[in-house]
Amino acid sequence: MKNQQRRRFLQASAASAISASLGGMAVTGCATTPASPPRPIGRVIVIGGGFGGATAAKYLRMWSGGTIEVFLVERNTEFVSCPISNLVLGGTRNIGELTRGYQGLREHGVQVLNDEVTAIDADKKLVKFRTKFSDMGYDRLIVSPGVDFMFDQVEGLTAEAQKTVLHAWKAGPDTVALRRQLEAMPDGGTYVLSIPRAPYRCPPGPYERASQVAFYFKQAKPRSKVLILDANEDVTSKGPLFKAAWRELYGGIVEYRNNSEVKGVDSRASTVRTDFDTIKADVLNVLPPMRAGDIARTTGLITANNRWCGVDWLSMESTVRKGIHVLGDATLAAPAMPKSGHMANQHGKLAAAAIVELMNGRQPSTEPMVANTCYSFVSDKEVIHVSSVHRYDAAQKTLVTVPGSGGVSAQRSELEGAYAGAWAQNIWSDMLS
Amino acid sequence: MNAKFSLLACLAVASASSPSWAQTVDPNLGRNMAANCANCHGTNGASVGGTAVLAGQSRETLVKALTEFREGKRPATIMHQLSKGYSNEQIALIAAYLSTQKSK
Repeated sequence: MKNQQRRRFLQASAASAISASLGGMAVTGCATTPASPPRPIGRVIVIGGGFGGATAAKYLRMWSGGTIEVFLVERNTEFVSCPISNLVLGGTRNIGELTRGYQGLREHGVQVLNDEVTAIDADKKLVKFRTKFSDMGYDRLIVSPGVDFMFDQVEGLTAEAQKTVLHAWKAGPDTVALRRQLEAMPDGGTYVLSIPRAPYRCPPGPYERASQVAFYFKQAKPRSKVLILDANEDVTSKGPLFKAAWRELYGGIVEYRNNSEVKGVDSRASTVRTDFDTIKADVLNVLPPMRAGDIARTTGLITANNRWCGVDWLSMESTVRKGIHVLGDATLAAPAMPKSGHMANQHGKLAAAAIVELMNGRQPSTEPMVANTCYSFVSDKEVIHVSSVHRYDAAQKTLVTVPGSGGVSAQRSELEGAYAGAWAQNIWSDMLS
Repeated sequence: MNAKFSLLACLAVASASSPSWAQTVDPNLGRNMAANCANCHGTNGASVGGTAVLAGQSRETLVKALTEFREGKRPATIMHQLSKGYSNEQIALIAAYLSTQKSK
């Protein structure tokens, strides 16, 4: 019932292209009435309510002074944060603590549509929805789809196998399910974590996960093992700091093997195969290779290696589809730019600033800057970080790291643990409140 | 940094929101760069907890803190690394913007 009303509402809105009434205010036609929202100068639809999309939606409303009409399409009713979700595996946080609603965005005037975009018509500038809503036109589109997984790259990782061999690389029910598998595992068992070749979402994430599982084993089942099978030559982020933590905190629990790409899985036998070995696990956690989310692929936004979307770093606009901006993990990263939630948030602001200028007939800033911080918990309280600052280089037409900036923690510390907690609260608020 | 930009940045610091300046140089540069701080320090520097509230601090305080971080004169876990990403002129613009914001 409510949905039907809403659909009619949106159809009416789309037909008139003026939707000042959607905020619940009376439409008087008088722009000077203080209670009236400003007349919209255009409409942006944002696909994906994660770190990139939610941030872009909020900042578009904020920086346009409410003059840009913003729709955010998200298939989940709530946001669940990937950052901090490894602590659910470690047992010191529950998933509810990482879950936030979209009410704060609505208060900014963002119209949050709980649905999924199934197709984008870039020529007609409209999107099609899976369930509730009719086709809707846009002036500019933001695609912030995150990653999807290339299951076919791991032999045997069929839909059936995926029911027991989890990746849990999108936080939510899978995170809780993986935690249950770890809880059910007998003491003396082996947890195997396989890491694909970079680039993948969240470079330090797998190593943090290994640390969290080791933390849990040390408390609850100390004869158990964490075996990391890394397709990369070495730990891809904060290597010395992670290795020191494994050695000093989890000696005898964590084993790290480099150049160990998992080529196949046998879910019934609970084994994985590399070029050298077949390894038996009690809990198998396979991170498949990743690429830009499905909607980016079906829209033809992928430009590199059949995996990532090239963008103009002055505006995050796709290099192949005018009027469509791509954010976050789905992008073909600039040099030394990680696929992180923090970076996606920064992409969202860069795009919002550029779109406000473009929709007002001006050019985007020629000097965009973004920064990144990734905190990783190596125990329940101790944290390490990696940071970077990136500026636009006109000659190279990309974002480059500012020489001398950024770095990693001197050592793991509880002080940075406190900052990591504050980071989470502040970034969730920055994107959603 | 070229001299013209540097001079303009100084003027910006001298008079926080001079309209003539705003029309000659991207008026949103300070706002956009300050948005880099928001991930840890809250939207417009209004931290929701656990980190310093930057909103509404005086320009002088912010410039001094960022400069001291950059020069390694102030204890830090991460700010000594991030502050090195910004020039004097950029720090001045960031500070000018944050100083005009309201804490929650």
